Order: sequence, then structure tokens, then C-alpha cells
Amino acid sequence: MTQAILHQVFAGLATGGIYASLALALVMIYQATHLVNFAQGEMAMFCTYIAWSLLQTGMGYWPAFVLTVGFGFVLGVLIERLVIRPVERGGSVLAVVVVFIGLLVILNSVAGWIFSYIIKPFPSPFPEWLANPLMSPHEFGSILVTLIVLALLYGFFRFTPLGLALRATAQNPESSRLVGIRVGWMLALGWGLASAIGAVAGMMIAPVVYLDPNMMGGILLYAFAGALLGGIDKPGGAVLGGFLVGVLENLLGAFVIGNELKLAVALVLIVGVLVVRPSGLFGSVQVTRV
Amino acid sequence: MKKILIAWAVAAIAACALPFVLSNYHVFQFTLVLVYAIALLGLNMLTGYNGQISLGHGAFYAIGAYCAAILMDKWGVPYWATLPVAAAVCLVAGFLFGLPALRLEGLYLALATFALGVSLPQLLKYHHIEQWTGGVQGITIIKPDAPFGLPLNADQWLYFFTLAVAIVMFVLGRNLLRGRVGRAMLAIRDNPVAAQAMGVNNALYKSLTFGVSAMYMGVAGALGAIAVQFVAPDSFGFFLSLAFLIGIVVGGLASISGALYGALFIQFVPNIADAVSKAAPWAIFGVFLIAFVYLMPGGIAGAVQIARARFLHQRR
Repeated sequence: MTQAILHQVFAGLATGGIYASLALALVMIYQATHLVNFAQGEMAMFCTYIAWSLLQTGMGYWPAFVLTVGFGFVLGVLIERLVIRPVERGGSVLAVVVVFIGLLVILNSVAGWIFSYIIKPFPSPFPEWLANPLMSPHEFGSILVTLIVLALLYGFFRFTPLGLALRATAQNPESSRLVGIRVGWMLALGWGLASAIGAVAGMMIAPVVYLDPNMMGGILLYAFAGALLGGIDKPGGAVLGGFLVGVLENLLGAFVIGNELKLAVALVLIVGVLVVRPSGLFGSVQVTRV
Repeated sequence: MKKILIAWAVAAIAACALPFVLSNYHVFQFTLVLVYAIALLGLNMLTGYNGQISLGHGAFYAIGAYCAAILMDKWGVPYWATLPVAAAVCLVAGFLFGLPALRLEGLYLALATFALGVSLPQLLKYHHIEQWTGGVQGITIIKPDAPFGLPLNADQWLYFFTLAVAIVMFVLGRNLLRGRVGRAMLAIRDNPVAAQAMGVNNALYKSLTFGVSAMYMGVAGALGAIAVQFVAPDSFGFFLSLAFLIGIVVGGLASISGALYGALFIQFVPNIADAVSKAAPWAIFGVFLIAFVYLMPGGIAGAVQIARARFLHQRR
């Protein structure tokens, strides 16, 4: 029994890592613009299809991985520049949500159009010797990849001038502009980074859920739940929230409610957190002056 | 005034003549247009007039549809009697979902309803309620025949029945939105603090709007189930909720006639686009959605109004 629970916890950590990276991508965009990117999942899905096509040409996994992350970055920057910019600041909430939904729908159907709706297997790059009694090679490998991504991001934001400029833009765009930071491009850069993280998450989850245009719907929901649980304006909180949601989902699915209601866990979590404690576990409480 | 009366008379004659000149399949399509129009009016009350964004209203449409199907299939209730039940159930369900939604503004409400919309098919497949819902297979129901020996086939009769219900719902909706309640809803959307200061009970109006909007969805869902003769979890996926959102944005936010334009759009544009590819309708929906936000925020209803104003202005 303990073995079974432990196994579920580690499996949960593996998927939780993927939710955590997506949640982090959501938080990055939220921090900079106070927008929640409903198209985040479909962007990741689209990048994963690009990885799949690259692999079909006979390219090795890791070169394809790097190219896909690069593609994700460019996709994010382009979307910010071309579609999001006009509504980014000062647009009504409804306009923003509608634009995101439009993007979601377009990416989803274009992927279906080009690559068809047939479910495709996606390879896992991790060798057999990573297997251990508690985790499969893919679970172990994807936790590893998640941790590397998080460490890289932490290093980028903490120790590079560009990372500092990005943080400054998120915190106070007006003052950042006064000290000479190109705020517009920083936002585009943030989108690019978020999209690249999404691409990694997509490639890590695809071997588990299989590749199809609708594969990210549920994943994005868990990422939302993770981001909200941790606090949607705290990157560290969102990451922790993502891992927590992964473990919770797996434990509840395996022992309490069964696999067929797993998505309801996300629904209950999201509504519950929003109603009981909208700022999440670690987020800052929003106070508005009337 | 006279012109308006003539316009209405022409519209009424056209609506009544429609089922006699079109094939049964096209009559069925127009029945669905009316069903969607009722649903879009409901969503428009919530999102357009009251400013609460819902990405999961397909859930209430599904509840209405299942109410009708279960009542007809398990208890042999006549189809017309399922509508008030579906309406009542959805009114209560919407009101209850609207209570926690009170604490959520804008983006957060969108998030919560997004979660509702995405997880809905899974909830409907839940095996403990399978004895009522029929699980993945869903429920098949029988199309009602025309009563009193009227010389109409089932499709024609259902069209007229739906038309009658739609007219009742639209008249009720118009009276609600043009009156004191509608003004309070608009005031809450535009400036909640000022509305509160003017004596509007924000909490009550917002959750009531949620309930009424869900009720419209429920009636539409019940009618839709009767018209399609079938309900199953996978026909109420997340994209159904998105189709309703697209309908109100394209038709025109905060506009009663917009509901009808939006319904025509979501019913007929996919048919045209389907010829290109299975994925094409949604790509076109997405492009239209973004284009309308940027270029025509008033939707089709807004454009019609501008065109009419220009026309009248020129003649003067």
C-alpha cells in the first residue's frame, strides 16, 4: 500500500512538473500584463506538432527539441507583436478574453487541419537505465527536465541584466521606460519565453497523453489550478502549486474518486481557491481603493 | 412607426412561410437557428449586458438538454412539459453557480467558467449517474408529431413550436432588458461602485442575471435536444461554450437582435466552411472573432445600426 501511494506521489510529481512549467508560463504573462493566456495550452500543442514533424524527417530527438523551443520562442514573440499588442494595455477584459479564445480556436483548428485529428504517439527521449522502482524513465526524465528549466529561468531572472529588465517591466512599466528599457520588446520577450517553456511542457507531456490537437485542454486546466493555488502573481508559488496539483490529482484519481472524474478535481480546486482565497497560498492580496 | 410595423409583418410572414418552401433538412437547420438565438440571448444578458464573462455556458445548455431527454425517456413526460422543468432546473443551477461567481471579477470568472466548460463532458460521463444519463452512449429521444391532426410533418411542427417559444422568450427578454432590471444590469457592468451607491443591489442582480441567463440556456438546450433527438456527453464539449461566445461577439454584444444574427452565423458559416475541411469552420470562427474585436466591436447588430443611421441621414 505504501509502495502504491509512493508510486502515485512520484508519478504525480512527474506530471506536476509539467503543470508547474505551464503554470510558470502563465504567471510570467500575468505578471507583465495582468492577462491570463487561455491559448497557452494550444501554443504548446502546436509546438509539439512541430517537434513531431521534425522527428518525422529523421532528425535526432535533442536537435529537434532545441529547434522546437526556438520555434516556440518565435511563435510567442510573433503572437504578442501581431495579435495581443492592441489589447494588451487598457483593452476591456472581455476583448482580451475573446482575443485569447480566438487564438485558441485558430491554433487548435490549424493543427487539426495540417496534422489531422488522428491521435499520434510521441517518443520519449529518456534511456531505460533511468528506470527505478518508483518511477518510469519518462517520469524521472521529465522531472529532471522541469528542474533544469526552472533553474535556468531562475538564473536568467536573477543574474542577467536582461532578466532584471524583464522583472522591472513587469513591476513598473512607466519607470522602466524612463530608465531606457524597451518595454514593448520586453513584453514580447516575456511572451516568447513563456511560449518556449510551453513547448518544453508539451514535448514532455505528449508521450503520456499522446499527441492530438485537443491534448492540452485538461493539462491547461491543471496548470490554471496550480497557478491559482500557488498565487497567480508569484512564480515560485505557481511552481509549487503545479507540483501540488499533480500529486493531488494522481492520489485522488487513484484512491478516492477514480480516473474518470480527474478533471473535476481541477474544477473544484479552481472554483474553491477563487472563492475562499483568491490570492492563493502565497500570492499577495489585492486591495483596490474605491 | 408605420414602416416598422410593415417590417415586422414581412418578417412574420417570412418566418411562417419558411417551412413550406424549404426541404425538411433546411427547416431543421432553421429550428436550430432559433434554438441558438434563445441561447445567445441568455448569454448576452450575462456577458453583454451585465459584463460577467462566461466561457462555460454550454454547461447550462447541456443541463437543459439532459433534463428534457431524461424526462422524456425515463418518465414519458410530453416534450412541451419538459421546457418549464429545464428552465426551472437551470434557473436554480445558474443562481447557485452565480453565488460564488459574485466574488470573481472579469478574468477570474472567465477562468472558473473555463474550468466548468472543459470538465463538463467528463462530469456527464460519470458512471454513478449513468442510469439516468446513459453514460457515453447518451439518450435517443423521439421527435414529436404535430398535434390536433395539423397538416404538418414533424420537422415543420417542431419549427413552429420552437418559433413560438423563441418569440415568448424574446419578448420576455426585451421587457426585462429595456426596463428597470436591464438598466441596473448595465449600470453594474459600467460602474459597479456607482451602481451600488445608486441603490442597486449588486449581489442580488448579478446572481439573478446568472440564473436567468442559465434559464434561457436551459430552455434552448431542451429544445435543441428535442430537435436533434439525441444527447451525449461529447456533443457538449468545450467548443460548444466557445461557439456561444463567438455567436454573441459576432452578433453584437448587449444587443437583442444580435442574438439572431449570431445564431445565423454559428449555424450556417460552418456548413459553408465544412466544404473546405473539417477544421476550417473553427479556423474561420477564430479569425472572425479576433477581426470583430478589432474592427467591429459592435458586431453585426452594431454594423446594421450604423448602416441604418447613415441611410436615414442621407435621405433627410
